[in-house]
Amino acid sequence: MRKRTYLKLKERGIEFSLLLSALSSIFITLSIVFILLYEALGFFKDVSIWEFLTGKQWTPLFAQPKFGILPLVTGTLLVTGIAVAVALPVGLIVAIYLSEYAPFRIKEVAKPILELLAAVPTVVYGYFALLFLTPILQKFIPNLSGFNALSPGIIMGIMIIPYVSSVSEDSMKAVPMHIREGSYAMGATKFQTAFKVIIPSAFSGIAAAFIIGISRAIGETMVVAIAAGMMPNLTLNPLEPIQTLTAYIVGVSLGDVPHGTVEYKTIFAAGITLFFMTLSLNILGFWFRRKIREVY
Amino acid sequence: MSVTHSYPLKAEVKNLNFYYNLVQALKNVHLPIAEKMITALIGPSGCGKTTYLRCFNRMHDLYPGNRYEGEIILYPDRLNIISPKIDPIEVRMRISMVFQKPNPFPKTVFENVAYGLRVRGENRKNFLEEKVEKALIQSALWGEVKDRIYDLAFNLSGGQQQRLCIARALATDPEILLFDEPTSALDPTATSKIEELIMQLKKEVTILIVTHNMQQAARVSDFTAFMYLGEIIEFDKTDKVFTHPSVRLTEEYITGRFG
Repeated sequence: MRKRTYLKLKERGIEFSLLLSALSSIFITLSIVFILLYEALGFFKDVSIWEFLTGKQWTPLFAQPKFGILPLVTGTLLVTGIAVAVALPVGLIVAIYLSEYAPFRIKEVAKPILELLAAVPTVVYGYFALLFLTPILQKFIPNLSGFNALSPGIIMGIMIIPYVSSVSEDSMKAVPMHIREGSYAMGATKFQTAFKVIIPSAFSGIAAAFIIGISRAIGETMVVAIAAGMMPNLTLNPLEPIQTLTAYIVGVSLGDVPHGTVEYKTIFAAGITLFFMTLSLNILGFWFRRKIREVY
Repeated sequence: MSVTHSYPLKAEVKNLNFYYNLVQALKNVHLPIAEKMITALIGPSGCGKTTYLRCFNRMHDLYPGNRYEGEIILYPDRLNIISPKIDPIEVRMRISMVFQKPNPFPKTVFENVAYGLRVRGENRKNFLEEKVEKALIQSALWGEVKDRIYDLAFNLSGGQQQRLCIARALATDPEILLFDEPTSALDPTATSKIEELIMQLKKEVTILIVTHNMQQAARVSDFTAFMYLGEIIEFDKTDKVFTHPSVRLTEEYITGRFG
């Protein structure tokens, strides 16, 4: 009887410690959100939300500061757009090749090499964009400035290919063999099977892979901080220097902005903007996956 | 094996050997397939009946290391469908298959049935509609799904999904229809519907069916082949096989003494 009570207590203890560790991650997330919101609210005491959301200039460190977030948002969207335009199609094609076409030997070699792309430090990618890709691009596009959105966008796209391809490939491989055979038995070619049957079957996984890739591109910092120019610029022209939200945060955090000033609080204002962008993307992804689930 | 001598043949298997890498799964198989008749293949698990069936639409070509030897002659043009010179896609265009588990694609009912035609480059809307309706009527599914032809196929019940797969296989007007244990994943009601359907279909198409269910073979087929360890032990008219088997092993199997 005594032993039983002891075991029961032990079981309770384990359960409690598991609960505690689960709660800790929620606690950390909530405190990050809280601090972001708190400091951002402080910022909005000094600057009106209206000015923040509609102002077309972002010059918080100037003698006459302007606090319009739009240039940073367009900069982020521009670079993300370029990166996504590279990563999604290439990632999907790589996934189709690896899952449906590649013989075992090639797959064995190609997959680790591809995953190595994700292991390269992002700083290296940044300098690669700045010192290698930009000069090459300048040969074809003479009016491309030394810092621009195009080059880091492309490099970022290459960087996130493995994220997109490995998640997509996993979901394609998970399509049961008898579905594949059903298509081949109808006289379909490999290509028809891949595009008409495998991709629709793996759709929810592919959508998840795309959303991971886009989130990754929005949040990426180092490449753009190095190669995009650190210049808040309200433009959608990829040939000009720009600045993204993340690059701005890095730039200001590294400088010697005194604690508690409006300049300091801009970090959190930019941070909360970034937070809402990725949050809405995650919500979109969640909604999307649930919708797909219902369909299945 | 002259039981089929008075019937026109749709196909003839001669001296067929099949290897999974070094393992020989079919040994010297001979079998005539009578046109617009139902030929059943029975035998214990692992006897090679599914392997044998999958030679007919070259399914083994999808996996590396498989090898065919011998001939499967398709009439009337005497095409050896397992010859390496023949493109498997060409064979699959003429011989359709229904699988063990219903395997509809993540598409609408309509697109599932139209799949084989679309794969053949057919995109005329009226033509497709006509063909889809005809195939669904043939597979006895039209009445149940005609109002939800644009619903996803996954919303159908298991038995309906299997009949959808039959409609898909029929829509391309195949010369031979292969059934690989088509009712093993279904309940008795759905099973009897499928069996009825198979018997109906023999008016239009030559049928080969693999089954582990001996009553099913006895109920639906005209000819039965009993396979054991990769060989055909006995082949005869179905009533003969089930009432007066000429080989001891067949008798032991159909009376349930092994298998």
